[in-house]
Amino acid sequence: MRVPLSWLAEFVELPQNSTPDDVMAQLVKVGLEEEGSHGGDIRGPIVVGKVLEFVEEPQSNGKTIRWCQVEVAPGVVNGVVCGARNFFEGDKVVVTLPGAALPGGFEIAARKTYGHVSDGMIASSRELGLSDDHEGILRLSTLGLDPEVGNDALELLGLNESAAEVNVTPDRGYCLSIRGIAREYSHASGAKFTDPATKVSAKAGSGFSVQVQDDAPIHGVPGSSIFTTLGVSGIDANAPVPSWMANRLKLAGMRSISIAVDITNYVMLELGQPIHAYDQDRLVGGITVRRAVAGEQLQTLDEKVRTLHPEDLLICDDSGPIGLAGVMGGASSEVSSTTKNVLIEAALFDPISIARTARRHKLPSEASKRFERGVDPEVGPIAAARVAQLLIELAGGQLNGVGSSYRTDLPKIEIELPFAFASELVGVDYANQQILDLLHQIGCELRVHDDAVTVTPPSWRPDIRHKTDLVEEVARLAGYHLIPSRIPVAPPGRGLTPRQQFRRRALAGLAGAGFTEVLNYPFYSEQQNLEFSQSPALRLENPMQGDSPELRNSLIPGLLQAAARNLSRGTTDVALIEEGSVFLPALGNATTSLPVGNVRPNPEQLAELNASIPVQPRHLAGVVLGDWIPQAPGQQAVQSGYPQAILAVEQITRAAGVQFEIRQATVLGFHSGRAAEVLVEGEVVGHLGEVAPALTAEYHLPRKVAAFKINLDALFAHAPEVLQAGELRVMPAATQDLSLLVSLDVPAADLIAVIREGAGDILEDVSLVDDYRGDNVPAGSKSVTFSLRFRAADRTLTQAEATLSKDAAVALASQKFGATLRA
Amino acid sequence: MSEQLTAETVSQALASSLALVQKADNFQDLKAIKASAVGEESPLSKLNALIKSLPNDQKAEAGRLVGAARAELNAAFATKESELQAVADAEALELERVDITAYPRVAPKGARHPLSLLMDSISDVFIGMGWEIADGPELENEWFNFDALNFHPDHPARAMQDTFFVAPVENHLLLRTHTSPVQVRSLLERELPLYVLCPGRVFRTDELDATHTPVFHQVEGLAVDKGLTMSDLKGTLEHFARVMFGPEAKIRLRPSFFPFTEPSAELDVWHPGAKGGARWVEWGGCGMVNPNVLLAAGIDPEVYTGFAFGMGIERTLMFRNGVRDMHDMVEADARFSQQFGSVI
Repeated sequence: MRVPLSWLAEFVELPQNSTPDDVMAQLVKVGLEEEGSHGGDIRGPIVVGKVLEFVEEPQSNGKTIRWCQVEVAPGVVNGVVCGARNFFEGDKVVVTLPGAALPGGFEIAARKTYGHVSDGMIASSRELGLSDDHEGILRLSTLGLDPEVGNDALELLGLNESAAEVNVTPDRGYCLSIRGIAREYSHASGAKFTDPATKVSAKAGSGFSVQVQDDAPIHGVPGSSIFTTLGVSGIDANAPVPSWMANRLKLAGMRSISIAVDITNYVMLELGQPIHAYDQDRLVGGITVRRAVAGEQLQTLDEKVRTLHPEDLLICDDSGPIGLAGVMGGASSEVSSTTKNVLIEAALFDPISIARTARRHKLPSEASKRFERGVDPEVGPIAAARVAQLLIELAGGQLNGVGSSYRTDLPKIEIELPFAFASELVGVDYANQQILDLLHQIGCELRVHDDAVTVTPPSWRPDIRHKTDLVEEVARLAGYHLIPSRIPVAPPGRGLTPRQQFRRRALAGLAGAGFTEVLNYPFYSEQQNLEFSQSPALRLENPMQGDSPELRNSLIPGLLQAAARNLSRGTTDVALIEEGSVFLPALGNATTSLPVGNVRPNPEQLAELNASIPVQPRHLAGVVLGDWIPQAPGQQAVQSGYPQAILAVEQITRAAGVQFEIRQATVLGFHSGRAAEVLVEGEVVGHLGEVAPALTAEYHLPRKVAAFKINLDALFAHAPEVLQAGELRVMPAATQDLSLLVSLDVPAADLIAVIREGAGDILEDVSLVDDYRGDNVPAGSKSVTFSLRFRAADRTLTQAEATLSKDAAVALASQKFGATLRA
Repeated sequence: MSEQLTAETVSQALASSLALVQKADNFQDLKAIKASAVGEESPLSKLNALIKSLPNDQKAEAGRLVGAARAELNAAFATKESELQAVADAEALELERVDITAYPRVAPKGARHPLSLLMDSISDVFIGMGWEIADGPELENEWFNFDALNFHPDHPARAMQDTFFVAPVENHLLLRTHTSPVQVRSLLERELPLYVLCPGRVFRTDELDATHTPVFHQVEGLAVDKGLTMSDLKGTLEHFARVMFGPEAKIRLRPSFFPFTEPSAELDVWHPGAKGGARWVEWGGCGMVNPNVLLAAGIDPEVYTGFAFGMGIERTLMFRNGVRDMHDMVEADARFSQQFGSVI
C-alpha cells in the first residue's frame, strides 16, 4: 500500500515536514512492514508561465516548431522552443526552467535547438509524471486553473508530494486504505485521528432493483451480503481530473484514466471500499447478483471474453452478465466519455468467492485484493456517497435519487476476554484499564463484567475473532519491547537420536576422508530419473524449469551434474557427496479429500494421510573423478576409481557400526564390469563402482568416474544399539602365505570366505596380496596369494599347527572352487 | 728386550692404546685399533701374559693392574664407538633431509557443506537447552503443510505461484513450503511438554537470484507446555542469538502476521559482527502457537500454550558468514564448501 503523505495528513496529524521514512518508522511499530518511498523525483524551478506570443518555423526535417515568448515571472520573458502546437497565445502553461529536473532524471538546461537558445521547456502532462497524456503540452486552463504567472507549479499541481509504501499483512485488509493507515499511524504515534468515514454521510437512493439470488453459496456464505447503489445524473465525463487527484493516484500506483473512473479509484484508496461505476443509461433494468451458469461467457473491461465457472459470482442486469463481482466489470456497461448518468455500486462480497474467481481467471485486481482480505461492511454506503460528492464537485453532476440499499444481517461477533489472559499469553502484567483503553482505541465495543470483558470488534476488523487476536492487539499497541525475557526449562532431553548421530558421523567421516559435501536441487529431467533407478518418478505440476519437471529418484545424476560444473570451473579432481531425500512412489492411495484443519484427524484419517505420502528414504551418495592423490615430488598420482567408492562406503558403515560386504553385480547406470551391490547382513543397502562410460560422456565428464549410493535408512536398520567388544588375542602369532591357482571367475571375496571357513578359529586375519595372470598360469586361471595370520587365544602356535589350518583352508577352496595349491 | 710388568709399563701400554683410540675417526679404523690394542699381540695382552711368571704373591696385584687398564681401554672403545655412531646417525638423517614444505597431498581436502554445518550447530544450541531435533518428509500431504497450520483452503499461499505441487494436484501432495509440517507431526506424535527444533529443506517457487532460491533451508522451533508466554519465546531467541552472534547480540520483535501464530512477530537480530558495522538484521518470524494449530493435534489450548519461531539458514549464513550471493550456496562448487572445512 502506497500512502501519499498529504492524503494521510488529511486524517491524522502529521508533524510538519514528515518524510516517508518518518511515517514508515511509526507504522513499522504497529506491524506494517517498510517497503520504500516514492515521489520526490521532480525538482524546480518549475513555474506557471504565460505564452505571450509565438512564431511558427517550419524545419528541414518536416516538423514545425514554435518559437515562443513566455512570461515566467512578472516582467520576465524567456524564449522557449516548443514542438507542440496545441496551445494559443495567452495560455497559461507549465515551464520547466534551467536547473529543474523531471521524473526519469531528465535535467533541464538552456540549450541551443532549431536555431534558438531555448531557455527552458513547456511541459506536457506526461513529462511532469501527471498522466500518460502526451498529445501536447499541458494547458492549465484544461484543469480549470488560472494561476498567477511565476507561481510554483510543483505546489500548484501537487507534484512535490511523496508517498510511503508499506507491506500490509493479509489479515489487515483495512490497511489497504488511507483510512486504515491513518488509524494505525495514530495508534503508533498517538496523533489525533479523524475517521474519513465520518466526514461524509450516507445518501439513500431508491427505486433501483437489486436482488441477490445465490443458489450455491460457498461454505453457506452468500456471495453478497450488502449491495448499495446510488445514481448521479448529468456529469461531464470529460471534465478534467484535478492534478492533486491525478497525482495522488499516481503516487498510490494507479493510472489516471477519466474523471469518473479516477474518482472510484480515489475513494477505494481512501476508504478501502472497491467501487464500480456503471453508465446508468447502458443498464437494462435492475441488478441481480447470482452464480454463473457453466459455460456462460462475459466480456470483461480488459476486452477479454471469459468463460465462467458455476462458482463465479456475477452482476447481471436484464441483458445478462455485466460484471464479474468484486473482480472486474464488464465491457457493456462501463462508463465512457459519453456517459451522462452514473450508477455507483459499493457492495460487500464473500472473500472466498472473490479469491477463487480472481485466481481462477488470473485476475488479481485492486478490488479483489481488498475483498479477499475483508472490506468494512459498514463503509459501503458512505463510500458511495463520497463518490457522489466528488462527481458532483468535479464533474458537475447531481444526485438523481435513484439507488438501493440491499443488506442482510451480519452475525454479531462477541469475544469473551478474561483480563488475565493477556498477561498469561504475553508475559507482561497489563493493567485491566490499559487493556480496555487499547481495545477501545482500535474501535472495539466493550462490556466489562467481573474479571473479563465482552468485546465486539470494529466492523473493519474481520480478522479479530478469537481472544488471542485481542491479545495480539493489546501486545502490539502496548509495544513488544515491553515483553521481558525468560528462558523456559525443557524437560531433560535425550540429545540427538542415534539416527541423527549416525548422519553426522557419516558426513564427518567422509569429509575427513577427503569428500566434499554439496546440496543439489532435487529437480531432474525424465532422462536423469532413468539413469540410476528403475523406480517410477514423481512429476511436479508446476516445475520452475520445463526441462527438469521430476523429483529425483537417485542422488547420482545431480552429483554428476555438480561434478561437471566443478570441472567447467577448472576443478579437475572432484570427490563430491550429498546426503538427501530421494522420492519414490507412495505405498498407499492418494487422499481425495482432506480432513478439516482445526480438529485432530482420527487414527484412520492419519494413517491414510501418511500412506498417501511418497516414500522418501534418505540417501548418501558420491562421485569421484580425476586424481585422488595428485602427483607431487616423490609421489605418483593415484587416479580415483571404484576403490574410493569403497573407501566411502567403509566410512559410512563404520559410522553405523555395521560390517558390509560387496558383491559384484550388474547395476543400472554403472560400468558392467565395475559395479557391486553393498550388503549388510545379507540385505542390499546400496551400490558402488564406476559409472557407465556412456553416461559420463553425457555429462561431459572424463570416462572414469566412480560413484556410490547408500540408503541410509536401510543401512541404519542394521545398526546395533550397543557394540559388544570382541576377544583380543595376545599370544604370539604365526604368519604364512598361501598361493592358489583358481578359475578367473571366482571372486576374491568368495575365496577369502572359504579360507576363513576352512582355516577355522585360529585364523586371525587373511588378506589378498597378489593376483597374477599370465606366464606360467594356465589360461582361464589366476594365481592369487593371500597372507594369513594365525593366533590362538591360549598358547603360542607352532608352525605345524598353522600349516594344518592352512591345509584345511586349501582343501575347502579346492572342494568349493577347484583351487589348487601353487608351489 | 723383555718387558717388565710394573704399574708404569701397564700405564704406558694403556696410554699408547688410548691415544690410538682417540685418533680413530671411523668404524674401520676403530676396529683395526681394537684388534691391535686388545689382541694377543697388544701391549696389554703381552703384559698380561707375564702375570703367570710372577711370584705368586705378586700375581693378584698385577692382575688387578692389567684388568683395570683393560677395563679403561674397553670403556674408551665403547665411548668412541657411540661417538662415531652418533656422527654416522646424524649423517644418515641428513641424507634423508627433505623440504617439508614441499609435502605431497595424500588425501583430498574434504569438507561439509556450510548450510548443513550451520543447521547442525544450531541444533546443538537447542540440544544444550534440552530440546530434541525432529525430522519429517520433504514431500508432504497438503494437510500437514497447510490445513493443520490454520491456512484455510482458500488461503493465497496455497496458490501455485508459491507452492510446488506434485501432479496431479488432486492428490494433495506438495513440496513443503516450510518445516512447520514437522511441528504438526511432532504435536501429533510426541508427548507434552514438547520442545523440538525442526531443521530442514523447504521449497517455494522463487527464481534463483542473489537472494532467492526455490530450494532452501529453515530451522523452526516449537515449544508447547503449560504456562508458556511470549517472554519464553523472547528469552529463548535471545539466548539463541547470543550463541550465534556473540554476547552483545540482542533481538527485537515487531508485530506481524502468520496463520499459525497469534500474536505473531517479525524477529530482528542486532548483529554486532555485521560487515560494515553492527546493525539490526531481519532474521525470522515467530509467535505464540495459534489455538487452531493445537486443536489440529487434539491439544486443548485452554491448558497448553506454545511458541514457535523460524528462520532461513541461507539468510543466516549470508549475514553471519559474509556469503554475498545465493548462487554460491546452491551451485555445488566444491571450493565453496572447502573454504569452511568442518566448521562455520
